[in-house]
Amino acid sequence: MEKVLPLLKNMSRSKNAHSYKSITNGSKSRSIIERLMECIFTICGLSAVAAVAAITIYMIISGTPAIFKVGIAKMLLGTDWAPTAAEPSFGIAWIVLTSVIGTAASIVIGVPVGLMTAIFMSEVADKKVAGIVKPAVELLAGIPSIVYGLLGLLIINPIMGAAEKALFADSKTHVMNGGANLISAVLVLAIMILPTVINVSETSLRAVPVSIRQASLALGATKIQTIFGVTVPAAKSGIITAVVLGIGRAVGEAMAIVLVSGNTVNIPLPFNSVRFLTTGIVSEMGYASGLHREALFTIGLVLFVFIMIINVVINGIMEGGGRNE
Amino acid sequence: MEAKIEVRNLNLYYGANHALKNVIMDIPAKEITAFIGPSGCGKSTFLKTLNRMNDLVDGVRIEGKITLDGEDIYGSGVDTTLLRKRVGMVFQQPNPFPMSIYDNVAYGPRIHGLKNRARLNEIVEASLKGAAIFDEVKDRLNKSALGLSGGQQQRLCIARALAVKPDVLLMDEPTSALDPISTLKIEELMSELKEKYTVAIVTHNMQQAARIADNTAFFLVGEMIEMDRTDVLFSRPSDKRTEDYITGRFG
Repeated sequence: MEKVLPLLKNMSRSKNAHSYKSITNGSKSRSIIERLMECIFTICGLSAVAAVAAITIYMIISGTPAIFKVGIAKMLLGTDWAPTAAEPSFGIAWIVLTSVIGTAASIVIGVPVGLMTAIFMSEVADKKVAGIVKPAVELLAGIPSIVYGLLGLLIINPIMGAAEKALFADSKTHVMNGGANLISAVLVLAIMILPTVINVSETSLRAVPVSIRQASLALGATKIQTIFGVTVPAAKSGIITAVVLGIGRAVGEAMAIVLVSGNTVNIPLPFNSVRFLTTGIVSEMGYASGLHREALFTIGLVLFVFIMIINVVINGIMEGGGRNE
Repeated sequence: MEAKIEVRNLNLYYGANHALKNVIMDIPAKEITAFIGPSGCGKSTFLKTLNRMNDLVDGVRIEGKITLDGEDIYGSGVDTTLLRKRVGMVFQQPNPFPMSIYDNVAYGPRIHGLKNRARLNEIVEASLKGAAIFDEVKDRLNKSALGLSGGQQQRLCIARALAVKPDVLLMDEPTSALDPISTLKIEELMSELKEKYTVAIVTHNMQQAARIADNTAFFLVGEMIEMDRTDVLFSRPSDKRTEDYITGRFG
């Protein structure tokens, strides 16, 4: 007891010596770090907005002069693209139409294949097989677009070239292009959008609750009826998002198709050599000057507007999908 | 009483786990038969053998014989889609499809090939009436089924099951996710349903079994301990384990 008492005394004394810490005057340095970090986050957040704003403003400033100089109708509806001729002409109608048709066709081919692959991976394949297909699809997403172009050049173009020779042997109007045509570009694009379509649709299919699949099977539906009658409709908003993201990817792609599309301005018929909005800029910007250069910026502006519209559509769908759930 | 379903020496294994042991049972036609027992006793697994929903589980093995009106449902040449058309099922959680109320009910008849619009309308209305939900939804048949309350969704699921005109209705704890008022409505509905359908219900609520079932079977660790008329089972059980369970000594 005697030994403990002084200890107790000590404790009580020390408690008196240290008054309770005030809660009003905290560490200065801590609050400075808090504020500094907040500032950094805000700046980072705003920089993305600033970049979008800068791009928008710059595209409008640099893309509009050519429209006024050439005339909006002449430019958008004109079919003759001869920027370096003695009497230059800046009609981009075929170029716009090529991008629209090329993208649409690649979607028509790529989406069903991609959706079926996604269904295969999430609904049909056993775990082992899905474990092989999934990494393959992920690898496909990581391949640089120029490599797709090289493969198109090596494989698709020769096949198309052979088909062209057979089909147009007697044609007097068709200009031979060795298979560098719209179909080649569409096929390359269709393969390129596959990973996007597959991954996004597979995720949305997997998110469909097992319970409603069971409900369908318990009503006597077959597996296939269940997939197309219940699972796919339930994943609809995700699948639409996959399609729109695929469109975005296809319409903005340049490197893969510049190698396989032939790259001359023509009406976009399947076996014609064609030029897309993106490939037009890529192939001419190196030597363009004056009005020609401005016209290329206008093409960029058109592409920019396309992509903006697609983004608005994506957001609309995402919000719509959110409301349904 | 005529037996609609006869179960003979049914054994079910999930891999090495012997989940149902030598179950023998006759399920009488146009009556309600309840399966009770503590969690994990195999009552839900047993229910799902009756429409072969266990077939979907990996590594499941089933031995023995189950006949529906004398036909072996595990026999060769049995089309599970035809079986499940006759043996409908309502699940523990209401699971309406994310589509309109109308399309939910019309789904079954449509997958079985019915396209005639007028005929579909008749079936949808009759099924919704049969599930005692028609008056609540008749003005919003084209609205999403997900906007209904839990109790309404469950009655919609019953209507959806009725739309394919089954003979047997399996219910796997259909009211366990519902509030007492919705539960009462579904219990009342079940008493009406037994006039036309053979009903088998899994419940872990003994009072529910006592209220609605004509027959009750007690399951314990994969075995069917005893089955009797409900009033007999609850007042004079012949097995000690049944008595312990219904008097609340375990479970």
